Amino acid sequence: MAKRINPLMLQRIVKAQLWSLTGFTIGILFFIIFFISIKGLPQITLEFLTSNPVDMGRSGGIFSTIVCTLYLIFVSLMIAMPLGVGAAIYLTEYTRESRLTHIIRFGTECLAGIPSIIMGLFGFAFFVMALGLGWSILSGGMTMSIMLLPTIIRTTEESIKAVPYELREVSFSLGVTRWQTVTKVVLPSALPGIVTGIVLGIARCIEETAVIIFTVGSSLRLPESFFDSGRTMAVHFYILAREGISMPNAYGTAAILILSILFINLSAYYLARQFLKKIC
Amino acid sequence: MAAKIVVKDLSFSYNHQRVLSAVNLMVEADSILGIMGPAKSGKTTLLRIFNRLCDLIPHVRIEGEVFLDGENILRPGLNVDRLRKRVGMVFDKPVPLPRSIFENLAYGPRLHGIKDKKRLEELVERSLRLAQLWDEVKDRLNESAMKLSGGQQQRLCIARTLAMEPEVILLDEPTYGLDPISTLKIEQTLQSLKESYTIVLVSNNTWQVARTTDNVAFLLMGELIEYGSTHEIFTVPKDKRTDDYISGRFG
Repeated sequence: MAKRINPLMLQRIVKAQLWSLTGFTIGILFFIIFFISIKGLPQITLEFLTSNPVDMGRSGGIFSTIVCTLYLIFVSLMIAMPLGVGAAIYLTEYTRESRLTHIIRFGTECLAGIPSIIMGLFGFAFFVMALGLGWSILSGGMTMSIMLLPTIIRTTEESIKAVPYELREVSFSLGVTRWQTVTKVVLPSALPGIVTGIVLGIARCIEETAVIIFTVGSSLRLPESFFDSGRTMAVHFYILAREGISMPNAYGTAAILILSILFINLSAYYLARQFLKKIC
Repeated sequence: MAAKIVVKDLSFSYNHQRVLSAVNLMVEADSILGIMGPAKSGKTTLLRIFNRLCDLIPHVRIEGEVFLDGENILRPGLNVDRLRKRVGMVFDKPVPLPRSIFENLAYGPRLHGIKDKKRLEELVERSLRLAQLWDEVKDRLNESAMKLSGGQQQRLCIARTLAMEPEVILLDEPTYGLDPISTLKIEQTLQSLKESYTIVLVSNNTWQVARTTDNVAFLLMGELIEYGSTHEIFTVPKDKRTDDYISGRFG
């Protein structure tokens, strides 16, 4: 039998291994960001950001795709946020654990497991065709909101559950109603978690392609209303790269994509931290 | 003296387990009733029936009646929020809301419709003075209540209850885990409050009950063993079990 390794030595080896695994993961992230930045950042000029694509994106900028992405985020969140946060409040504060809540939870989890291409097909068949909304930001926003619901419900639920039960008892013991307790005590304390869910939702809207092609379309025109078709940055990037239209412009778009996700993440966490500092 | 709360044949079970069986007692107005007894004797449950906080527990069964000024507070359809405004509660663990000191106190009154800033300020100052906390916090009302010490937090909780201008105050081991000086301050506060409030104090500390209360109820395994004036119970207890408990032979 092999000689037993000294526990202290083993501890060092394990620590080194775990550290290198973590380092490797972070390394991949930095490599991707670095790679995209090297290729993409030189493309980014003020003109690139503020002018519309010309000649299918071979030249010109990406302004209309930025606008389309923002519209899509807005519509998706306007639908998914009230529904998701409302459902989470219902599940945590207004019902006791029962067969019904298990079914609801199971349902939302299944919803999260549906591949996005299937969701795209559903959005196309239902919103675009059956409801006759056509390829539009509205169709896409509604389809996206269905995809965001599980994440928003889950993160909101978790953060509401993390609020100490004693705070509710105190509030009730002061003769404050359940709804007032939810809005004045529970939700403010749960806000960072809710924000996390919403940030994940925004990132999802930015990065999604399959659903968008099916429901929003890929028109390069600047969308003027929610009923217009459009092309989000991710779809633009996909088409530019896939059809070999312009690799430099594709990388430029990719760089903007990554930077905006980074920016949204950082600012959301900053805001949540500031808020927490204020109330605690 | 007039009875503020009358408990008649009150039984309470939770998941088919008896917690209280056929309790009868009375809380006199403007006095302190102490409830003592070993762990699991149903003290906290009894307290939480008085403000219907027991509603939060699933699968309970309550029998009997509890009257507050002659009105049965266990009847279905009672406005629980209004009841809880009249019957305030202080918990064993101080739980400040994650807000400033001022906002902790203004929280309840504001949600019950007091919007006037001047009126709120008066209410906050009066309540903090009553809870003997005013001098320590008057210059930092806008600071977070989480920064106060444990004893201060508990007095803040008492003040927060007082700001609701209740008629009855329920205290569930309010000095649990506090140092002797904080405990003394809270006991002094209770003494000064009983002139205008009816107080029910649950305590594991037998000497605290002897020091601060006017009447005592001794609970054991959900049964009321003895009820009477503090003086009587601590000098000539009628039941042997009471005698054993206060002299520390069990519990």
